[in-house]
Amino acid sequence: MSLTLWNPESRSAPPRRSGMDDPGSEGRFGRFGGRFVPESLVPACEELERGFREAWADPAFRAALNQTLALYAGRPTPVTPAARLSAELGVTLLLKREDLAHTGSHKINNVIGQALLARRMGKTHLLAETGAGQHGVATATAGALLGLDVTVFMGERDMERQQLNVFRMELLGARVVGVSSGSRTLKDACNEALRNWVGAVDDAHYCIGSVLGPHPYPWMVREFQRVIGEEARGQCADLLTHGVPDVVVACVGGGSNAAGVFAGFVDTSARLVGVEPEGGAAVTFGQPGVLHGFQSYVLQDESGQILEATSISAGLDYPGVGPEHAHLADTGRASYVTMSDDEAVAAVSRLARTEGILPALESAHAVAWVLRAAGTADLPSGSTVLVNLSGRGDKDADQLARLM
Amino acid sequence: MTAGPLEAHLRGRRDAGRALLVPYVTGGVTADWLDYARAYAKAGADAIEIGLPFSDPMLDGGTIQEASDRALSRGVTPGGLLEELSGANVGAPLIIMTYGNVVYRAGPEEFCKRLAEVGVAGLIMPDVPYDEVRGLSGAALAAGIELVLLAAPSTTASRLERIAAESRGFVYGVTVMGTTGERGALAESAGSVAVRLRELTTKPVLMGFGISTPAQAVEAAAHADGVIVASALMRRVIEGATPAELGADVLAIRQALDVPQG
Ligand SMILES: Cc1ncc(COP(=O)(O)O)c(C=O)c1O
Repeated sequence: MSLTLWNPESRSAPPRRSGMDDPGSEGRFGRFGGRFVPESLVPACEELERGFREAWADPAFRAALNQTLALYAGRPTPVTPAARLSAELGVTLLLKREDLAHTGSHKINNVIGQALLARRMGKTHLLAETGAGQHGVATATAGALLGLDVTVFMGERDMERQQLNVFRMELLGARVVGVSSGSRTLKDACNEALRNWVGAVDDAHYCIGSVLGPHPYPWMVREFQRVIGEEARGQCADLLTHGVPDVVVACVGGGSNAAGVFAGFVDTSARLVGVEPEGGAAVTFGQPGVLHGFQSYVLQDESGQILEATSISAGLDYPGVGPEHAHLADTGRASYVTMSDDEAVAAVSRLARTEGILPALESAHAVAWVLRAAGTADLPSGSTVLVNLSGRGDKDADQLARLM
Repeated sequence: MTAGPLEAHLRGRRDAGRALLVPYVTGGVTADWLDYARAYAKAGADAIEIGLPFSDPMLDGGTIQEASDRALSRGVTPGGLLEELSGANVGAPLIIMTYGNVVYRAGPEEFCKRLAEVGVAGLIMPDVPYDEVRGLSGAALAAGIELVLLAAPSTTASRLERIAAESRGFVYGVTVMGTTGERGALAESAGSVAVRLRELTTKPVLMGFGISTPAQAVEAAAHADGVIVASALMRRVIEGATPAELGADVLAIRQALDVPQG
């Protein structure tokens, strides 16, 4: 057996500065991450890693990305002090307003990055999976902007639940393919997108919607979302006496909005809190496993079959979690908590009534944590807390109307 | 590294001039799934690939997805299926095909030890590529399980060389850039994968994915040492064909492969 397989020296040693750095050529975040894909996809992943490394080091690419984010997607998004809710809770609550980004959530940051990269690499076609449809809509949008064909895979059950977003994607010129296998939800859409990518690697880029998938995706998507944290860091410095908030909190589905905002504060004193939905809490209730190309915490039964997540918020309905979050949980740099469906719904109306901001059900999980923790040892009175408000709630209005 | 028993067995048959045939069955797809394996052995299978069903089979097309779903909805588990294999006396060497999570969940050492205990010779994991087998190859080696690696049409020359060197039992050549599943014609890429592998190794090279008919088996075997046939057989099982009928299907492929190729 050749030594390269075993020799740890042969692995590129990533620089370790803040804990959210380059995961090296093997895409490892501690014991998590990696590249668990069929051999046929390995060259495509390697090509993508090379393409991303080159682009990320190229000032021209960075400039084009920043310009598109500014002129098209509405960046920077503001940080809004939530004055009335802060007064009610006895803490200083700041909201990073990703709900104001184009298409209504942080998902646009990632897809513009990936779509520009795909075009630079000569790809003509974007493949995407979607659960609620937010990432599908964002990908369809970026495809329209850059003249790339878009195919979105979506579980048939999700298509029934999210008809409006299916229509939005089609309006934007994307093809939506229903997935009838397995549980007919997001995880099955991911499987189907990966299967299709195997047969289309020459022309197609698989535009993954969160910090998931084989290396380099978890790292690349975090880098494309890092803009949230970097902006917020500067904005907090202007707004807060101490410059950084005591706590930074974000909801965690796959974990991309959380990874983006955490990346801006991981080297500060801020506590990082990820909020998982009770029905899809991979860090809290999962075991180490392999799903969709990476090692992380995964909801599964005792023989390794993947379990379905069941959250009220379709965007958090994923049985795994990005590998970097699994690692941040292991090291203790971030902590992960869960919120129930009811707490999330209550947080939607509380924020809407006190601040005139209707948050996405996903983002409401992060707000819900503040509502629960304020005034306790977790978030003592007088604390400062930054919530990443990952998206707006218009998409959830129908669902909420039926619930309330 | 010296050849393990599976490789020795396949080499022996190959060197005697035989084109190798490895049919597949999804464990637990029906209550009498082992009878399909026995029928394959009787029909002249050189080894048999048994799929342990996984909920999220990333590299499988519709047919094997459906077979896996059926097995899982019957309530089977990997542990239970391996238990059934214990003492089953199928009549040909057995190779387990399953996804990484099934193995990691059980623990690679435990899993490989269990495979050896129930008489399994080899293991294939389609979502654990060469770079990630570290930790698994040690466990397999210690248990005497031959870990088969896959090579694809897109595999670069340097990777192909390492895969050919590290694969045990045989080398699994994937014919096509795609999932498992029947196809009207054998992919053009099939021949080149086989030819490139055979230049690198004397280990048996078996081609799989999309080999559906006796004629396609003969075509694929022309550049390789043999074939793996899965979806075409599993479609028949799903349609309700009996073990005896599947035995006849495998025999037809066997006989086509046994016709001396001029
Ligand atoms: C508004 C919003 N927030 C959060 C998420 C969850 O994704 P992630 O955890 O990757 O940020 C989604 C996913 O669709 C979303 O639409």
